[in-house]
Amino acid sequence: MKKNKNLRLILSLAAIAAIYAGAWAIEQVNGSKSMVVTVMQKGAVYALIAVSMNLLNGFTGLFSLGQAGFMLVGAYSYAILTIPMAKRAAVYQYYDGGVVQFTIGLIPALLVAGIVAALFAALIGLPVLRLKGDYLAIATLGFAEIIRAFIQWDAIGPLTNGSNLLKTYPTLKTAMPGNTVLFTFIIVGICIGLILLLINSTYGRAFKAIRDDEIAAEAMGINLFKHKQMAFIISSFFAGIGGALLAMYQGTLQANGFKSAMTYEILLIVVIGGMGSVSGSVIASFLFIACSEWWLRFLDAETMLGDFKVPLLAPGFRMVAFSVVIMVVVLFFRKGIMGDKELWELGSRRAKGGRSIK
Amino acid sequence: MSEIKTNDTNVLRLTDITMQFGGVVAINNLSLEVNQGEIVALIGPNGAGKTTAFNCITGVYEPTNGAVYFHGKPIAVNHPQGKMKKTYGGINGDKYVSQKPVVYTPDKITYMGIARTFQNIRLFKSQTAFENVLIATHLRCKSNFLTASFRLNMKEERAMRKKAMDLLEIVGLANEANELATSLPYGKQRRLEIARALATDPSLLLLDEPAAGMNPQETDELGEFIVDIKNRFNLTVFMIEHHMNLVMDISDRIYVLDFGKQIAEGTPDEIQKNPVVIAAYLGVDEE
Repeated sequence: MKKNKNLRLILSLAAIAAIYAGAWAIEQVNGSKSMVVTVMQKGAVYALIAVSMNLLNGFTGLFSLGQAGFMLVGAYSYAILTIPMAKRAAVYQYYDGGVVQFTIGLIPALLVAGIVAALFAALIGLPVLRLKGDYLAIATLGFAEIIRAFIQWDAIGPLTNGSNLLKTYPTLKTAMPGNTVLFTFIIVGICIGLILLLINSTYGRAFKAIRDDEIAAEAMGINLFKHKQMAFIISSFFAGIGGALLAMYQGTLQANGFKSAMTYEILLIVVIGGMGSVSGSVIASFLFIACSEWWLRFLDAETMLGDFKVPLLAPGFRMVAFSVVIMVVVLFFRKGIMGDKELWELGSRRAKGGRSIK
Repeated sequence: MSEIKTNDTNVLRLTDITMQFGGVVAINNLSLEVNQGEIVALIGPNGAGKTTAFNCITGVYEPTNGAVYFHGKPIAVNHPQGKMKKTYGGINGDKYVSQKPVVYTPDKITYMGIARTFQNIRLFKSQTAFENVLIATHLRCKSNFLTASFRLNMKEERAMRKKAMDLLEIVGLANEANELATSLPYGKQRRLEIARALATDPSLLLLDEPAAGMNPQETDELGEFIVDIKNRFNLTVFMIEHHMNLVMDISDRIYVLDFGKQIAEGTPDEIQKNPVVIAAYLGVDEE
């Protein structure tokens, strides 16, 4: 039993190392501008955000649609704190160089991005988490839109640059030339690892209890509000970091890019991957990004086969195809790719709770 | 009667509890006591308000009027307020006006030491039997989410797992520890619910129809089981039950509720002979 466990640990560590080495090698071979590298960068960022959303929607059973708002807060916190001093005057040209007159390092800025997003979540959670089900979804969606509008508000322009672009902050390409994928994978890997540790701790079990049956969970002494608030804040913390990484990936940042459509994309990833499966979210995120950025691009291009113009293929058709995929998933694969299992649990039939006290 | 008697043997005490939903008075002026080490049954026809009484004790409902004391400490005190002042249909409506209303949420009440099971089984569906019990040990855990995430609480975690496993063994479900809770047969699910309730370290156990859906043999076994865990964990048991054999076998005292009102109280022998109870259950002979 013990030996088996050690072997599994070694194997999984080896698998993770292989993935990282492979990702690094792909970038070295294909160069940072290739499509596969783009997919890996964005896929990893979306994986983190999808897992953070899964923590809330899949593991705690809180149907929240506020993810884009917290990503936005994280992205702005990161960008505002890292734009080099020399470039501030140019970026904040309408606001006399802005009010923030210092910069911090990249990693601290990522952390601050998460913390600011978590603070927003703590405030928003106070009223919102008293709601249940669809009402919670509507309220969080509303707050996400409010955050977006608020950040573009002219009065706080000196801080956020209003509705103008934020740019020249360190991006993946400028901060980590040649190692963009490895950097993204490492940050995302650490964050997802932390979420996994939380999910498998006693607090994660309490979250799952709330998801399964709120009344029973409360009767077992689990303080509903405290635990929901905790899940909401932690999820937003990682969404904030995810948002900051997305800003790094995009190169420039504008609040208008973080519309509710972004939340739906992530929700789609979570549902396709399986509510309550971290590995499902990760797999679905890479699949989704690969499809939307790469494999299904041809659907948007008008194509001629000889003299024959292929019908339907026109800009926007990709989205139609996506809608069909969603419907198929919802109708026939309601549990998503992984259901509520993890990749490493697939082999054993009774994997759930398999490691007891032995 | 409204003075609080701090009696050491008094585990649970309800005084003048009235629960009114809109115009419906579900419980009307119910007063009862459960003493240390007793098994007390609450019986009555369907819709008599038994489960509502449980919900008032465990904080799911806030009683409209009256007080609940646990080990002499008020855990729910209320009097008709707001709109309820006009529509209040019970009695003693002004008795608790001078007392400050007390409200606790169900999780706080469980923390104080009242654990319950549910009439319609409410296990955590996606979890195994073992995890169901393990979750219930969460409320006593001292680690915060950081120490728990970074596995700095291994000692506590091990203790929690051991306790959960021990409880499963006591209720005879050790072999099913890794089965999904909902895949267990009905009788075992009931036992699992009791194990889960015990994992919260209660001093008072509320059982809501523990024998519902069981055959006579299972019911007999359950009776022995309840007496056994009561002695083993030094518990006091307050239960709702319809199986009269079980009730008469193991209860020390019985309260009978009908249409929200207490119609009788006494030992099993007294209750069996009580004409009011017989009338409530069988209907009045009109000859």
